[in-house]
Amino acid sequence: MRHIISILIENESGALSRVSGLFSARGYNIESLTVAPTEDASLSRMTIVSVGSDDVIEQITKQLNKLIDIVKVVDLSEAAHIERELMLVKVRATGKDREEMKRVADIFRGRIIDVTESTYVIELTGNTGKLDAFLGAIDASLILETVRTGVCGIGRGDRILKV
Amino acid sequence: MQLTGAEIVIRCLQEEKVDHVFGYPGGSVLFIYDELFKQDQIKHVLVRHEQAAVHAADAYSRSSQKIGVCLVTSGPGVTNAVTGIATAYMDSVPMVVLTGQVPTAYIGQDAFQEADTVGITRPCVKHNFLVKDVKDLAATIKKAFFLAKTGRPGPVLVDIPKDITNHKCEFVYPKTIAMRSYNPVVKGHAGQIKKAVQLLLDAKRPMLYTGGGVILSDAAEKLTKLTRMLGFPITQTLMGLGAYPGTDGQHLGMLGMHGTYEANMAMQHCDVLLAIGARFDDRVIGSPAHFGQVPRKIIHVDIDPSSISKRVKVDVPIVGNVPDVLDELIKQLEAAEAKPDAKSLAAWWKEIDGWRGRNSLKYKQGKELIMPQYVVEKLYEVTGGDAIVCSDVGQHQMWAAQYYKFDKPRRWINSGGLGTMGFGLPAAMGARFANPKATVACVTGEGSIQMNIQELSTAKQFRLPIKIICLNNGYLGMVRQWQEMFHGNRYSESYVDALPDFVKLAEAYGHVGMRIDKPGDVEAALKEAFVKHKNELVFLDFRTDPTANVFPMVAAGKGLSEMILAEEL
Repeated sequence: MRHIISILIENESGALSRVSGLFSARGYNIESLTVAPTEDASLSRMTIVSVGSDDVIEQITKQLNKLIDIVKVVDLSEAAHIERELMLVKVRATGKDREEMKRVADIFRGRIIDVTESTYVIELTGNTGKLDAFLGAIDASLILETVRTGVCGIGRGDRILKV
Repeated sequence: MQLTGAEIVIRCLQEEKVDHVFGYPGGSVLFIYDELFKQDQIKHVLVRHEQAAVHAADAYSRSSQKIGVCLVTSGPGVTNAVTGIATAYMDSVPMVVLTGQVPTAYIGQDAFQEADTVGITRPCVKHNFLVKDVKDLAATIKKAFFLAKTGRPGPVLVDIPKDITNHKCEFVYPKTIAMRSYNPVVKGHAGQIKKAVQLLLDAKRPMLYTGGGVILSDAAEKLTKLTRMLGFPITQTLMGLGAYPGTDGQHLGMLGMHGTYEANMAMQHCDVLLAIGARFDDRVIGSPAHFGQVPRKIIHVDIDPSSISKRVKVDVPIVGNVPDVLDELIKQLEAAEAKPDAKSLAAWWKEIDGWRGRNSLKYKQGKELIMPQYVVEKLYEVTGGDAIVCSDVGQHQMWAAQYYKFDKPRRWINSGGLGTMGFGLPAAMGARFANPKATVACVTGEGSIQMNIQELSTAKQFRLPIKIICLNNGYLGMVRQWQEMFHGNRYSESYVDALPDFVKLAEAYGHVGMRIDKPGDVEAALKEAFVKHKNELVFLDFRTDPTANVFPMVAAGKGLSEMILAEEL
């Protein structure tokens, strides 16, 4: 099962390597990991997407909680939540492909944020499935470059992760 | 008053009532050593290799209720210390490791004796710190001691760049530490404990299984009280020996890969298992799938939630500090109207006594070759069962655990988790510093002892009257045993050729050396060492039967009840 684990961690040097080191040392899988400081600059918020059985995910959350710098750990996927990922795609856009690319980007509510005579850079946000679907919908031979942030997520309604 | 970083380090150690620091000087820690020189409250023990400093500090912790401290320089000082740190980490030993680092401005420049200490040690410490400002130094050291001893204990490392030890600031030692990210649970959940009590009272074939957590949390007396109150059989892990008296009738001996027949059978066939401060590791329960074939209810008390339901599914998890949980268990049991089911318990004990009748630790001592088990039994007799026994790793470690009956906690010091050869001798030094009146024996083999043999020099300098019981069979015995049993007798690289003359070696270091070849001489030699040479280090080189194996044995990956017994071969 795919899980989204949200972490509040002391914003200190080396904090990220403690988390990533834990995953590699214990053989846990990381699909994506994002991290940035929160509105309180002494804390960072990290979102990790991992795949594993319930037992493995339980161990992951317990092991994360054991790290001294970690303040809170929540498995977002346990209840209603929202997840988003940002993707930038650079595509070849010449001749008839130029119009077609714009049209598909519009359908996916993407925005073209850089234009040259032969290329576009398209910005897309959404869940992982939507971004995958966009890449599937355009001609693969026109994709020059993609970059994705990895998932960040937040609980719905009253589910709040705060110190 | 403004103090330098080096002065602050010493003042912090004094505030923590540290009386011994095990270490080795070097460029990055020169200012700290200069301050050590100027005071006499803290005694520094100069080892001959940094690994030994860490093992000594580790055993200092294990054999007392104090926290061992070691101090090493940057680069190779740290990398040499890593084995010791990992050893302490695997056995959850509270320890503070102070390391020198190159000056702040040199970090990342591939400076002389630079190593990424925080990076290298991260996976084998409870936590580590790099101090970047002298103003943070005192609070960081305070945190290190706090983290080391609270929750699940472990080694904590503080890396201090050289320039920081020379910078000045006002010294204030914080009285208390609060960390929003670190709040270990102490009290167990009362509701869970109530469930546990119910299960224990309803049990037909109950069993206690306890580990190193009982010793680390100083809960031996409470465990003994609970066990006697219940009248249940108890088995202890390699790390737990001594918490409950080994000579008591309720004790079935150690369990696991080399556990007794009765302990392993009872563990496998019990219907309610109370696990305390133990973690169901691979050397203890063998294959989890085989263990799970027999239905039983498991109650697991541990301070570390990640130890619970890690290898086996637990029915009643109780996260908490062992003595606090034991207090509550005892209280609730005393208040309960029901008592353990005496009839079922009697039938269960009868079954256990049947298993006991197999006498799985028996061996034959002939007239020619010394059996290693015999040496340990005689060691037990000669020391009255009252020595602190520090062991290395291998067959001799298992024989010491099987045949020396530990009645008190903190008397059996060994590297159980990491299995570090070379641990024994420096551990014996640390144990002796922590217990200056105790009889300290190091049970070792000719392989292990050579991994830190240089410490014979330290032992001479500090006049440590350790008795080294070397069970010398000319083989890396445990490797040889596995090769005999599982690799078609192909003894690949397990024969130790060109051994030194240990008697002369001991004498070269200024100690007493003895070589014992005949079974008839074992007891007299031990008496001579422990009585006549009471105040000297004696190296006893026992030439033992090279074919002796450790039994019973649960082969790797097998189930607990699938033991190989000596009599079956």
